[in-house]
Amino acid sequence: MELLVASAIGILTAAGLYLAMRLRTFPVIIGMSLLTYAVNIFLFASGGLTVGAPPILSDAATYTDPLPQALVLTAIVISFGMTAVVVVIALGAYLGANDDHVNDLDEKEGQA
Amino acid sequence: MSLLLIVALPFLGALLPGILNSAGRQACAGGTLAVTLTALIGLISNIPDLMAGEVITQRFEWLPALGLNVTLMLDPLGAFFAALILGIGTLIIIYGRYYLSRNDNMGEFFTYLLLFQGAMVGIVLSDNILLLLVFWELTSLSSFLLIGYWKHLPEGRQGARMALTVTGMGGLAMIGGMMILGQIAGSYDLSVILQNREAIQSSDLYVPALILILLGCFTKSAQFPFHFWLPHAMAAPTPVSAYLHSATMVKAGIFLMARMWPVLSGTPEWSFNVTTAGLITMVLGAVIALFKHDLKALLAFSTVSHLGLITMLLGTGTAFGVLTAVFHILNHATFKAALFMSAGIVDHEAHTRDIRRLGGLRHLMPITAAIATVAALSMAGIPLFNGFISKEMMLGETLETQLFGPHWLVPAIATFGALFSAAYSFRFIVHTFFGPKRDDYPGHPHDPNAGMWFSPALLVTLVVIIGVAPFLVEPLVKSVAGAVLGGVYAVPDYHLAIWHGFKTPLFMSIIAVVGGLILLAIHKGAQAAWDATPRPEAKTIFEGIIAFFAGLAEKITATLHDGAFTRYAAILSLTITALAGHAWMTGNSGGRVFEPQPMTEVALLGWVALVAATLFLVFKHRDRLVALILMGIIGTVVSVGFAYFSAPDLAMTQISVEVVTIILLLLALNFLPDVTPAESSAGHKLGNAVVAVLGGLGAAALTYHLLLGDFVQNSISEYHLANSYKGGGGTNVVNVILVDFRGFDTFGEIIVLGIAALVIYALTETLLNGPVRARLLNRVPDKPLAGDRHPTMMVVLTRIMMPVVLLVGVYIFLRGHNEPGGGFIAGLVVAIAVVMQYMASGFAWASDRQRYPYHGIIGAGVLAAGLTGIGAWFTGHEFLTSSFGYFRIPPMEKFELASAMGFDLGVFLAVVGAVMLSLESFSRLARRAHVPDSDYPMDIDPSREEETPNQEGAA
Repeated sequence: MELLVASAIGILTAAGLYLAMRLRTFPVIIGMSLLTYAVNIFLFASGGLTVGAPPILSDAATYTDPLPQALVLTAIVISFGMTAVVVVIALGAYLGANDDHVNDLDEKEGQA
Repeated sequence: MSLLLIVALPFLGALLPGILNSAGRQACAGGTLAVTLTALIGLISNIPDLMAGEVITQRFEWLPALGLNVTLMLDPLGAFFAALILGIGTLIIIYGRYYLSRNDNMGEFFTYLLLFQGAMVGIVLSDNILLLLVFWELTSLSSFLLIGYWKHLPEGRQGARMALTVTGMGGLAMIGGMMILGQIAGSYDLSVILQNREAIQSSDLYVPALILILLGCFTKSAQFPFHFWLPHAMAAPTPVSAYLHSATMVKAGIFLMARMWPVLSGTPEWSFNVTTAGLITMVLGAVIALFKHDLKALLAFSTVSHLGLITMLLGTGTAFGVLTAVFHILNHATFKAALFMSAGIVDHEAHTRDIRRLGGLRHLMPITAAIATVAALSMAGIPLFNGFISKEMMLGETLETQLFGPHWLVPAIATFGALFSAAYSFRFIVHTFFGPKRDDYPGHPHDPNAGMWFSPALLVTLVVIIGVAPFLVEPLVKSVAGAVLGGVYAVPDYHLAIWHGFKTPLFMSIIAVVGGLILLAIHKGAQAAWDATPRPEAKTIFEGIIAFFAGLAEKITATLHDGAFTRYAAILSLTITALAGHAWMTGNSGGRVFEPQPMTEVALLGWVALVAATLFLVFKHRDRLVALILMGIIGTVVSVGFAYFSAPDLAMTQISVEVVTIILLLLALNFLPDVTPAESSAGHKLGNAVVAVLGGLGAAALTYHLLLGDFVQNSISEYHLANSYKGGGGTNVVNVILVDFRGFDTFGEIIVLGIAALVIYALTETLLNGPVRARLLNRVPDKPLAGDRHPTMMVVLTRIMMPVVLLVGVYIFLRGHNEPGGGFIAGLVVAIAVVMQYMASGFAWASDRQRYPYHGIIGAGVLAAGLTGIGAWFTGHEFLTSSFGYFRIPPMEKFELASAMGFDLGVFLAVVGAVMLSLESFSRLARRAHVPDSDYPMDIDPSREEETPNQEGAA
């Protein structure tokens, strides 16, 4: 089970990094979203993987670690806010210059 | 008066000059004067206790965890310096009142001056070395403001920068030194440190600590090789030069050496470093001073020289050296401040400080001439003036000091320095005031009004009184010296007197004075020889070093950050991976603790879906719509994963955020190209892939290791689980953590979210009001518009759904404290309900029915959360402490009301407002673009059949 989660995080990270290194704004935003998933799952996993023991107090004997969940919950919502800000910046840049390259024009030859 | 008040008064009083500025110059200066005088009187009120042998202390906890506390201590040494600072401060304020011209902003000047004064008093009264460091940095900053007071003068700005750079770097070094010292002594309180002489001097870290602290002292007190900033600081108005750069601030380094003397001195390292630096500074300053034409530059270098003298005396490590140093601090403060003020008067009246253009002023300004002559004679070391006595004691002390071998070396060097000191003092007198009257002064020199010469006159009176009757100050000097010695040595049984008989120091003094007179006589030739000698210019070297580092920094930045985002991303990921790899190789990770859990089919299925979607996304990302769909799949799997691993709250949050994110990206995609063109070369892609795979492997390895290892320290989660119901009144621990245990974090987070939404709104507004607007209006959509923009089915469905979804939202909100749910999730659900209306029925229709602006909803949310937190104050608890109780209204069951509910309501509102404001902003762009947005909710566009705009552009 641990291997599945760890490899999923690894694949999401790799895909996120690869897309974040693309030359246009849209794939970069998608890449950063993938990285957000990876980071959120990573933070969540730091509390350990437990099946069927939600941190809702009842008669149960064990509960999973609630703290990472609380941290990740706000992180998910905040990441929406951050994505929205990045998107509006990207959109503004594209609408203003009709160009959605992330790199400065001078450096473009070297990257293309 | 309490010590805290004495320190705080100048800081609080610093507000006064600014306020009184408009009430006139008299009121402004008067207010400042009143502040300083009150502090001075407060200080004096403590003198009786001090004379009874008490050390007055005052203590407040500030950051006890760091060892940083407001502990203040008044002993004779502190009181002596505080009296100098406040006493001379009083005189400077009177002088400054008349010195500043009508064009100068007096309020600003006195505000800076009082800030400086408070910082300085803080240094000398601090018992905690961390507190002392805070004040130390404050003096550097306020001194920066004062040197650069005349902002229009480039020399002022450059001088201020140089002073700040040099003293600031010294301050940084000193922070390190003080930290080490505190670590050795086990306390940051001076009173404790001073008791630990043996422990500190035998520590391996003594030498690093000593060198770091001395760096701080030497830079502040302008000791060689850091002396160069002081002359450039003379660009400041003269009252500043007199106050900071002769009487007080530059003595802060000296003060600290004296303060630390009992623990740091007495070792060969101390003697060698301090004595050598002092001796070199003393001679170098004296020699350069003789050849300076600017009166203030001459005085500046002479100050450097005298500071060197005092440093050297402290370096010798004997009780007599300390006694002499203390006495000379007092003497130097009196005559040097008077000299600076005289130079200022000359500058003020004659409109020049160039000594070559002066001379004969004795006839025109006799009072100033008299004051300056007495002060300068004292500086030269002429009997009947106080400088003579301490200088002779200094020469006597050098006879006992041995450095670099020969016995005669130190006395000879000291005499040589004293000779130049006498020479520049004579030059100051003769070349400015004596000689024939000239007729080419730039101004019309005459004695100023009494307000201006009162202060220096008072100081030279002291010069003469101490010079004639030194026994008057003997108890003072001895008690201060006793405080410096700190019981390491007894105060020497020596009487301050003019005449000690025909002893060697007297002959050394005579040599110095006679030599000085000869040097003055041959000054012209000497000056020519000096001018012809090439020598390093400190300013050029300093600027060269700065330019070198600035160039280096620029070069590194340009290499790493060349404007290509792609490059930064690659560099960043590689660096993080490499650092993590390094930690992995070298760190000690404690080994495995847990056995892996068995894989289940459900988990495997989810994994396959996630991996497939991710890989597909990487290869198909060029088609942006497909990419979004795949991202939706990934998000869904993630949220199912959360649910599977016992995190229902996360699952609900993730799925609702997923919905709004996809809507957001769809709105953006409306304007962006549908396809990402292939631009990267194969090699480039391969490079990126390598970096990405390395990062991914690192992340996977780290997670795997983390999952199978145990915590290094006990987790605090147990506490939360145990107290969630007892303390927070809820059974959903995650929600209780959010609204109660870590409510302050959440409060910050909803504010951040609100700010993000406002940023989006502001950026959209800017776009809509800028040139983009025209482009949007003329934009032809690259896809054909849908025939029915607001499909009837969808409109009907969403309207029926709306109340249902709202009810679900309320339900999720209400049960959040005990069951999965809460403000965040409810906010997202409600936002989705509203967004559906926008999508189905159109922007115009929806926003017509939107009664409250989303900004207001965000604000109300933050306010509600904040007010709930403040409510806790009324029950005597800390901010955001929640309280709860159980109530029963007859027909219903018993239910719980918690104040956390109010907080969660704030979260709910802020989330709704932020999400809606972001999405609405995006759709406003769209609305401008497709001009005819019908007000009718259900409309079918009949024109679609006739013309299909831009069909080629459709992908």
